[in-house]
Amino acid sequence: MMRIECPWCGSRSEDEFLCGGQSHIARPDPAAASDDEWAAYLYQRDNPKGPHHERWLHRFGCGQWFNMARDTVSHEILAVYPMTAPKPELLDVPGGEA
Amino acid sequence: MERYSAFALLKHALGGHRHWPQAWRSPELKSQYDVVIIGGGGHGLATAYYLAKIHGISNVAVLEKGWLGGGNTGRNTAVSRSNYFYPESTRFYEHSLKAYEGLGRELNFNIMLSQIGIINLACSRHELEIFRRWATAIQVQGVDSEVLSREQIAAMVPLLNMSAGARYPVHGGFIQRRGGISRHDAVAWGYARAASNLGVDIIQNCEVTGIEVSESRVRGVRTSRGNVRTDKLGMAVAGHSTVVAAMAGVKLPIVSQTLQAMVSEPVKPCLDHVVMSPMVHCYISQSDRGEIVIGGGADTHPSYGQRGSLQSTEAVLNAAVELYPMLSRMKLMRQWGGIVDIAPDASPIVSKTPVTGFYISTGWGTGGYKAIPAGGEALAHTIAHDAPHPLVEPFSLDRFARGRLIDEGAAAGVAH
Repeated sequence: MMRIECPWCGSRSEDEFLCGGQSHIARPDPAAASDDEWAAYLYQRDNPKGPHHERWLHRFGCGQWFNMARDTVSHEILAVYPMTAPKPELLDVPGGEA
Repeated sequence: MERYSAFALLKHALGGHRHWPQAWRSPELKSQYDVVIIGGGGHGLATAYYLAKIHGISNVAVLEKGWLGGGNTGRNTAVSRSNYFYPESTRFYEHSLKAYEGLGRELNFNIMLSQIGIINLACSRHELEIFRRWATAIQVQGVDSEVLSREQIAAMVPLLNMSAGARYPVHGGFIQRRGGISRHDAVAWGYARAASNLGVDIIQNCEVTGIEVSESRVRGVRTSRGNVRTDKLGMAVAGHSTVVAAMAGVKLPIVSQTLQAMVSEPVKPCLDHVVMSPMVHCYISQSDRGEIVIGGGADTHPSYGQRGSLQSTEAVLNAAVELYPMLSRMKLMRQWGGIVDIAPDASPIVSKTPVTGFYISTGWGTGGYKAIPAGGEALAHTIAHDAPHPLVEPFSLDRFARGRLIDEGAAAGVAH
């Protein structure tokens, strides 16, 4: 069970939250994108084993979306940052791969 | 290979069972193979077996980073069924279920298949309507499926809470009588023994660390036990598909999540069906050892941690105790998690890739076990002919760009 630091509500239990999947996905221009590019935008995900940038919703709290960097092996939360903020540098990420 | 039989059992009983031969060989890794399969679970071993048996390709290695069947093959709830909605899926899974029905004889290994029947419970009037459509779609495809009334279910599953105040009232449901459970380790071991007997090298504790690709062709793999040259590489690594495919430069539409399962202490026989409740996402059966086997939905965030989160455990057990009140007095003996690779349409991907000679079997989501025989046969065909097996043509990697999704997640209303 993770304790998640909601930027608005503070530290809460994981079961108040919903993961919205990978963050920072740039939408290509639908008119210019090929079928392959559009399919990649819709369906392909990084799915890394280690640090992952993802969106979370505090659905049973403030109802706000925010971004989180989290290790997908240890589930350690490495950073919490606003939806529109750029990817934080994760220089001091311990290990990652288990 | 010494055949297993009543006579062999009697013969070895006279020797105190001290002289049984090894079930499969443990050879050294060679430097070149015609085909290398990554992943020594059910799918990888089945693929190697069918390559040797159907296609006569026996210079094959199966590379397993841990031990045989130690991944999802040993972590699932051992259910086989073919009650899917779309014809592409039903055709494929029915082929697999038929193979399971004859698998013990085919492999000369008792897989302990019990076709006890799989019941889906409808917990609302609306869900029952959807089930009628679902069950009829299966019947139209010539596969057994039958709608059940509330009274029929009450008689078949006396453990269910059928009281007036039940939180999850049972309105009815449908059954596939040929569905059932089997022994998952036996499926891996049976395929391993049969494949080894046909000349396949099974290498355990051998992790693939890189894939050699040049000019968009597979040239070989680097492993923790040395490098291997090969022109054809099959990948059957549930839980690590994106990691291994990335070694060949192939990106997949896959997200990995944890799916957990758990078993109670063993009790006397009290449940002789697999009972699923899609709405509250909990399913149970009783193993031959007497344990109540309980499964549910996958954790909702990407994960490679083979543990499972407490909130999912709680949700599944809450539903289980509401549906089957007698479970509330039982001790939970074990809980575990496996990593499942889920595609956007909850259907598998058995396919060629943009890299020549690199073939993948992935996206089995929460239901790879039931697909082992057909998945192995289909991947073996795809590798041997460099063309998809007719059963898996709809399940190609390029279906996402073509918009030909097979959305079983939406059709069946539940991940599988």
